[in-house]
Amino acid sequence: MTHAEALPAWAALLTAFLVLVGASLTLIGAIGTLRFRTFFERVHAPTLGTSWGTGAIVLASSLLFSVLGSRLVFPELLIGVFVSITTPVTLMLLARATLYRERSEIASAAAPDLLEDPGDRPT
Amino acid sequence: MRNILPYPVLTAALTVVWMLLNSFSLGHLLLGAVVAAGASRAMTALEPSKPRLRRWQLIPWLCGIVLIDIAKSNFAVASVILRRRARSPGFVSIPLELRDQTGLAVLACIVTSTPGTAWVEYDSATGELLIHVLDLVERQEWIDLIKNRYEATLREIFE
Repeated sequence: MTHAEALPAWAALLTAFLVLVGASLTLIGAIGTLRFRTFFERVHAPTLGTSWGTGAIVLASSLLFSVLGSRLVFPELLIGVFVSITTPVTLMLLARATLYRERSEIASAAAPDLLEDPGDRPT
Repeated sequence: MRNILPYPVLTAALTVVWMLLNSFSLGHLLLGAVVAAGASRAMTALEPSKPRLRRWQLIPWLCGIVLIDIAKSNFAVASVILRRRARSPGFVSIPLELRDQTGLAVLACIVTSTPGTAWVEYDSATGELLIHVLDLVERQEWIDLIKNRYEATLREIFE
């Protein structure tokens, strides 16, 4: 941060606010991951970090460097785009694996001889 | 034209990504276009389904409501975590009429990016979508949200 003194006050305040919001949301998400007790509840907590947690920090970075360079810079927005299109992949893998395990546990508890494939295929 | 540029939208998107990562100049436009054309030709080997955008004018509107909804549910989930209040998590099964693969992929991104809802399973044979909701108060409310707010718009865009 070499040109921080060149930054107008409104931009500095807005950047600080956005970074704070993003960091707090990500922290709350991390706390939630610890606090929740079951897998399917836990899955929701980190999405705070991957949605507006990332979003606010990305916006802050974009704003800061746009004001400092007096032109629009937004390669950061790509981070947001890629985070939001790749999260579903991991999440679905984890969720489906858990669902499969729970179903097969229920099936094996109810009828040990008739352990069935839940019969759903990824599309 | 089809043989040279099989996926024009993809090529354009890749060129924009290239210039975002480098700089907006004529040199990078040309270089990015060459790289993007090569990359999108390589895509033909994967034979992806070609999405048809019927009403692309709705895309900015959809992005807007999704960003606002995500912001709202960020605060809802944050308050659930911080206040340790009693919650009733549960699964909701939603019958979808949307069949377009790209539309379903976008819906998956929306549902997953929204804190408090998680896409669990989609059965392509029946069109049944299973989502998990962190704070399930009214089941019908969630079905209406997904069906009326997102699915209806996505069907207009893609089908």
